[in-house]
Amino acid sequence: MEPIVVAKNLTKSYTKGLRALDNVSLTVDQGKVLVVMGPSGSGKSTLIRTFNGLETFDKGELNILGITVDSTHDERKIQKIRRRVGMVFQQFNLFPHLSILENITLAPVQVQKRRQIEAEEHGMYLLSQMGIDSHARKYPNQLSGGEQQRVAIARALALKPELLLFDEPTSALDPERINEVLDAMRKLAEQGMTMVVVTHEISFAKDVSDRVLFLDSGKVIETSPPDIFFSNARHERSRKFLNQLDKN
Amino acid sequence: MKINQKIFLQFGICIILFGLIGILINNLIINLIRTGLGFNFSWLLKPASFALAEHPLPYTSSDSYTWALIIGWLNSLKVIFSSLILATFLGTLIGFARTGKNALLGLISAGYITIIRQTPLLLQLMFWYFVGFLGLKDNMFIQIKNIFNISNQGVEFSGLNFSSEFLALLMGLSIFTSAYIAEVIRGGILSVPRGQWEAFRSLGLSESKGLIRIIIPQALPAIIPGLTSQYLNLAKNSTLAIAVGYSDIYAINDTIINQTGRAIECFIILLVSFLLLNLLITNIMELINRLILKSRQYS
Repeated sequence: MEPIVVAKNLTKSYTKGLRALDNVSLTVDQGKVLVVMGPSGSGKSTLIRTFNGLETFDKGELNILGITVDSTHDERKIQKIRRRVGMVFQQFNLFPHLSILENITLAPVQVQKRRQIEAEEHGMYLLSQMGIDSHARKYPNQLSGGEQQRVAIARALALKPELLLFDEPTSALDPERINEVLDAMRKLAEQGMTMVVVTHEISFAKDVSDRVLFLDSGKVIETSPPDIFFSNARHERSRKFLNQLDKN
Repeated sequence: MKINQKIFLQFGICIILFGLIGILINNLIINLIRTGLGFNFSWLLKPASFALAEHPLPYTSSDSYTWALIIGWLNSLKVIFSSLILATFLGTLIGFARTGKNALLGLISAGYITIIRQTPLLLQLMFWYFVGFLGLKDNMFIQIKNIFNISNQGVEFSGLNFSSEFLALLMGLSIFTSAYIAEVIRGGILSVPRGQWEAFRSLGLSESKGLIRIIIPQALPAIIPGLTSQYLNLAKNSTLAIAVGYSDIYAINDTIINQTGRAIECFIILLVSFLLLNLLITNIMELINRLILKSRQYS
């Protein structure tokens, strides 16, 4: 079966010498969960954002769900990818002027031209899956951070995506709210969703991921199964990072 | 001690303020006595005995000063509201072009804003009048079956006549104000967090749909106050009509002062009527603002 994500030698430079991405290659197969870890500024967010065209790159090639994009950043291809890929952000980025249900039905109705009633039914189903269907008529600022992030996951799921991208989904949450979001993500992984997750949550990476990719200064330092990465990382740089993470 | 000082200070300020007002009133009374005119408005009913080139309602020189002032007001309102609509339309387009992805459009609109904002409005009005309209010959363009006719007399469009003076003022005011409105729109759009753009893009929404459904509704509360002050400026700037000979309220007041010498009464009429007009604009905009905020139940 064809992989969902294939990145070949992705390179992106901000200014001369400074590279956000340096020859990054990776593959994510269907139904697998890839966790991307690394210190801040290592290029994790940049990498995951290239997957749905929010970031451009200068060199290399990217194949998402069989659609190949290169440094020319073809808008039409990116639009096609975005309709099949969901994304969840660190800051939730819910639309504050729309109700919870409207946040979820907007894209299915506007992009996929589904009927409003049908989109609302599916939206309510997704909200109940996330355990927040009682909030459907509320507005984002009436919800807690954890609830907002679960709405954001439901919104990303509304387009029935074949790949979900998570960009530090729990970093902006209160510690006691982190687990409700991680549990929702676990559930999705169990249902066979293909996911790429940028996170610092070791327990999540250990339990859920199939592989951990460690990034530093835009370079892939290593890609290992989680049991190896967390107990016996191959590289000195990875071990240093994990030690630092433990201390915090 | 401290409280005493405060009272003393406020007392002092009051004395200075009343003193200044007293001097002004004194000057006014002395001048009124000197001209021997007194202070009254009975002259308003006398015939104006001057002609007006442009009058939306019937007017002859035997009509009263009051009627001439009303005609002036109608002319002012006509040019203010048509410029307001045109300026908003133009400004919105240019504001979007300025923030949009298209580099060429962005550059053109940035150039437009720079040129328009760095030159005086009076100069621009003169340009549109003398270069734009008076530069045209009689019937310079081919008439399209008597429907559309443009010449140095103005524009005739299916029976509707627009004078060169009105059009020069309309163009000048609209274009001048549109550059400022474009900046207000741009500021409003930039006030919406980047994450909102990323969120709608990642959902596959097109740029135009995202702008209409996500960005503009959130930018409006930041746009309305700036827009209001530009509308007020436009209304006040419309008094420059006198430069191109358009008979607006200010120009007619000027003529009346020349004829009657009633400068104080005329300026009071002018001040009060502009105050009322701008209060009307402010209140309408505040109402719109309140409706927008009300529709945003989340805030």
